[in-house]
Order: sequence, then structure tokens, then C-alpha cells
Amino acid sequence: MKAAVLVFPGSNCDRDMAVAFERAGFAVSMVWHKDHALPAGVDIIGVPGGFSYGDYLRCGAIAANSPICRELKHHAEAGGHVIGVCNGFQVLTETGLLPGALLRNAGLKYICRTVPLVVGTADSVFTRGYDKGQEIRIPIAHHDGNYFADEATLDRLEAEDRVAFRYGDNPNGSARDIAGILSDNRRVLGLMPHPERAAEPAHGNTDGKPVFDALAAALERVIA
Amino acid sequence: MKARVHVMLKDGVLDPQGEAVRHALGALGFDGVEGVRQGKVIDLDLAPGTTEAQVTEMCEKLLANTVIESYRIDMG
Repeated sequence: MKAAVLVFPGSNCDRDMAVAFERAGFAVSMVWHKDHALPAGVDIIGVPGGFSYGDYLRCGAIAANSPICRELKHHAEAGGHVIGVCNGFQVLTETGLLPGALLRNAGLKYICRTVPLVVGTADSVFTRGYDKGQEIRIPIAHHDGNYFADEATLDRLEAEDRVAFRYGDNPNGSARDIAGILSDNRRVLGLMPHPERAAEPAHGNTDGKPVFDALAAALERVIA
Repeated sequence: MKARVHVMLKDGVLDPQGEAVRHALGALGFDGVEGVRQGKVIDLDLAPGTTEAQVTEMCEKLLANTVIESYRIDMG
């Protein structure tokens, strides 16, 4: 199983994500934003958190137009798996791979703390290690995590069971408490909370580990 | 030649920064400010012959996120 983690100038959760993938059994390649190709046979791409390109223009906007993101789009459009965390979620909305946008937090403050989440669906390779409705605790660390989409898009996300995670106690003003969503083929996940920061005992919290373990189990089966 | 692009959050999209500015104006004693919307101005220096259609494409592809933002182009 191969994972690729994209690295932009300003990414700062790339190594955390790589370690989470490695602990789950993936061979991980770090891929620089100027690269024009992904390593052969990549099963999943991780788009990490951070402040790509200094959040210039809009969070994720410049990264979404970088050379490697053209390859990211091809990978996703061909049915490949992608997980985008925090700034990675912002990049995925800017590429159009996920609907909506992330606005400035309603309270205007950068928020860095562990928050309760409710699992919205167990029907994805990312979330099948949880039960629907299960409450978990995952760290958030963002200034622009206020999920916005028009009412029709929000209705469609709910009708198609594509809300992966909701905030238990909405910290940032996100529409319908949405913390993470799936693409229409359920193979692209974007979420503001950081499961890779709660993935081993040394973190003091392993509530995010099932995301990586479930991915490993699912993708291993595909290859075997 | 120059073009100026104005990017604003669409009506109906909450602008917490604009709200904070409105509160600050009230605190300074400026009564009667009923709303503030904060946007961006982007000035482009363009090679001669660049068309408004090309600037529109720039807005659609990068300068604005049309999910949340609207834009207006003034060709100089």
C-alpha cells in the first residue's frame, strides 16, 4: 500500500500525516508541490495541514493551482482516494474536488483545542472504523474552518449521506455543524480536525487512529 | 494597461471581519453604520492587448472563489 503526502511551502502537518500513514502500514512518499508526477502505484494521497503559500489570496487557492494538484485532480477523477486535513480540506474545496468553501471562523479567532465530533456516516473507507453517531475527540487548529455551501448543496450532502463528521459543539460557525465531507464517489474526504494528531498513545488520544487503520484495511483488500 | 478587480463576499455569506469593523466604528462613536462588508482590490498590470475576457478568466480560475465571492472588473 502506497501513500503520497503532498508538501507545499508552508505545510506543517505533512510529517505528522506521513507518520500516521506509516504506523497504519503504508509506504509513504513525500511529494513536492513543483513535481509534475506522483510516484507510480499510489493508493491514497494525503493533503496535509498548514499554511500553504502563506494563505495568500485565499487559504489553499495557490496550492490548488500548483503543478502537483493537477496530478491530484487526475488521481481523484480516476477514482483514486484522497484525504485532505485542515489546509488540505481548503485545498480540496479550491480545486473543486469537494463542494463549498471554508470561511474565516465566525468568532474571528484562531482556535486550537480538542473538540468533540460526531461521526456522520460509517459508509466510507475513512470512517468505517467508527459507528455512525459515535462521539470522538479530535484536535482542531484553524482560523478559516467555517464551512459554507449554499442550501441546495448542504441538502444534497445530507441526502447523499456525505457528511463524514459534525462538530458536537460548533466552534467556528460551520453550516449545519459540518466538520468533514465526502465526495460523491465517497473516495475523497476533507475535514478540518486533525486525526493524525490523535493517532498514537504518545499523543494522549487515539480517536483519530481508526481513520488510518480503516484506510489500510480497505486499500489492502483492493490490492490483494 | 491596467485592470482593477474588486472581489467581495457574496450577499448572504457572513462576513465576520466586516462585522468586527462595524462594531469598532460604533465603539468610536460613529453611529448609523448599519453594515460593513470587507473585500479585496487587486490591481493588474497587463500587456497591451489583454482583453477583459482574459481578466474574467483569471477571476474565475484564481482571483475569486465564485462559491463565496463575486467580482467586478474595471479595465483601466
